[in-house]
Amino acid sequence: MSVFVCIKQVPDTETKIKLNAGSSGIETNGIKWVMNPYDEFAVEEAIKFRDTHPGTQIIAITVGPKARAGEVLRTALAMGADEGVLVDAPENLDPAQTAKILAAAIAQEGAAELILCGKMAIDDQANSVPQMLAENLKLPHTSVISKFSESGGVAEVERDTEAGAKEVVAVTLPAVFAANKGLNTPRYASLPGIMKAKKKVLKELSAATLCPDLTAAVTLSKYSLPAEKPAAQIIPGDPAAQVKALVQKLRDEAKVL
Amino acid sequence: MSKILIFAEANPQGLRRSSLELLHFASAAGAEVSVLVTGSHGKDLAADLGKNGAQKVLVAGDAQLDMYQPEAYAATLEAAIQQIKPDVVLGSASALGKDLFPRVAARLDTSVISDGVEIKLAGTQVEVKKPLFSGKCFAQAQFASGKLQMVLMRANQLPLLATPNSKTPEVTELKVPPVDLKAKIKSLIQATGNKMDLTEANIIVSGGRGLKDPKNFSLLEDLAKPLNATVGASRAVVDAGWASHSMQVGQTGKTVAPSLYFAVGISGAIQHLAGMSGSKVVVAINNDPNAPIFQKATYGIVGDLFQILPLLTEEFKTVLNKG
Ligand SMILES: Cc1cc2nc3c(=O)[nH]c(=O)nc-3n(C[C@H](O)[C@H](O)[C@H](O)COP(=O)(O)OP(=O)(O)OC[C@H]3O[C@@H](n4cnc5c(N)ncnc54)[C@H](O)[C@@H]3O)c2cc1C
Ligand SMILES: Nc1ncnc2c1ncn2[C@@H]1O[C@H](COP(=O)(O)O)[C@@H](O)[C@H]1O
Repeated sequence: MSVFVCIKQVPDTETKIKLNAGSSGIETNGIKWVMNPYDEFAVEEAIKFRDTHPGTQIIAITVGPKARAGEVLRTALAMGADEGVLVDAPENLDPAQTAKILAAAIAQEGAAELILCGKMAIDDQANSVPQMLAENLKLPHTSVISKFSESGGVAEVERDTEAGAKEVVAVTLPAVFAANKGLNTPRYASLPGIMKAKKKVLKELSAATLCPDLTAAVTLSKYSLPAEKPAAQIIPGDPAAQVKALVQKLRDEAKVL
Repeated sequence: MSKILIFAEANPQGLRRSSLELLHFASAAGAEVSVLVTGSHGKDLAADLGKNGAQKVLVAGDAQLDMYQPEAYAATLEAAIQQIKPDVVLGSASALGKDLFPRVAARLDTSVISDGVEIKLAGTQVEVKKPLFSGKCFAQAQFASGKLQMVLMRANQLPLLATPNSKTPEVTELKVPPVDLKAKIKSLIQATGNKMDLTEANIIVSGGRGLKDPKNFSLLEDLAKPLNATVGASRAVVDAGWASHSMQVGQTGKTVAPSLYFAVGISGAIQHLAGMSGSKVVVAINNDPNAPIFQKATYGIVGDLFQILPLLTEEFKTVLNKG
């Protein structure tokens, strides 16, 4: 039985985003690349699934430039994934392209019982690839899950909706799930895990071969940074005076009350 | 003329403000406006949709749609698109919209622009501004010509018209054959805390590790009451278990855009700032004058939150009651 975990390599959350020369994208020089934080929950859940389903193979898969993206698979292998599949592809694909490539690769690699993703990649924040992937593979999906259990080929999951509310969903496997924070606590890679992961051979595929006529439905251009805010007005005085002055400013100056 | 189909969402009080925003945008842009509503109460919304600019209302009133079921909703939206043949399909970047639109987009061989904060219509093509990295930067997103344009807009980004272009809508029922559900929503677990999602809130009061103890969150809840605000939190306190993850603001929490944001006892780490940078006015309360949060604040109070918060709550009560 195979479990696929879809992992994206993204800039570390500490990254200060700068624009490239033509503002056609971000400056990628000097960026530290890490596993998308939500994908850590997906890897952890796959490992937990294998613990209760011995014989499961966990295949970590990423779509990204060969020059850097393999690193994120090493992280997944060090956490406990069994195999890594690197699909070489250009930067800045639109989510629909990524989902087509993932679907083609997963279909080619074999029957998946379970496909786990993160709910969102923190770079493009599309919240789209898992649902698109499910549709491409004609599988059901549940996005934004914070609880997962399985019995007899049916998963019971909780999906976080709005303001803390949840939906309880029964899903017939095979299916695609997108992990939210709260699903589990991702483990750290152990030192032996890291050593072992270094030696594993990644399987390499290419997006151009998997999906020869891929074009972007959406393109991004004219990148911009948020407007610089003027320095804060620090409100002087004792607490009573500060509070009075603040409320008056919110009402009369900022007009937000 | 451009044809826009809006996927509208309602709650027991009626149409959601985020759906009205889409309706007002589309009608002000001079588009031919159709709206899809779902569920057995859908037909009750038709008149209100007309008042707000809908020329056509498609009611998918099947009881199977009373609860969100991804596969049934996907078939319904797909059927509405086949019938209307729109250039643009607009929805809100809500929990439902974000789940539904990508599935339908894949079925129709297109993509989705999600989390839009600005939108312009030029001819039949839209240009949408969307945040990346939770608001650390933005980009303009556009569809290739010939692709169905599916866009999810964030709430509170588009103005409501003072006088909407009222119409008498043509109401039709949309019949969709029942769908075999492989993912079936069985029940709902209601929220216990906030009534409104952070992403829709107009005023947010967020607290961080400076609150020292989970029980001190009540100070924030007290402040939220007179302001009708929603309570948020930093990751530090979510990880400590003082607040639920649905309350986390930041790069791995919610990206918010209220008109007023209070950061109380929050230092202003880059991941937190990313999520709140869309706020119009930011108030920081922190006893460390060098806390980075002051660099992103509009107004700052350097002081002890345990002294400031109770006074502030009282002051808001007095001032807001006076009108
Ligand atoms: C991958 C990753 C993702 C992350 N995502 C997020 C995210 O989404 N959201 C998020 O918030 N963080 C996120 N973080 C964590 C972030 O880096 C910070 O650790 C976190 O935001 C700090 O929370 P804090 O400001 O509450 O706590 P602290 O940094 O400890 O700040 C507490 C503040 O309270 C002030 N204070 C103390 N006592 C008082 C008092 N009596 N009166 C007034 N002020 C007082 C202090 O001066 C201090 O500035 C992420 C980190 C990583 C690595
Ligand atoms: N390039 C990629 N390679 C592998 N998985 C991806 C890729 N992009 C997105 N995903 C998966 O889809 C999830 C949601 O991403 P997105 O729709 O881009 O916000 C991520 O958390 C990953 O699990």
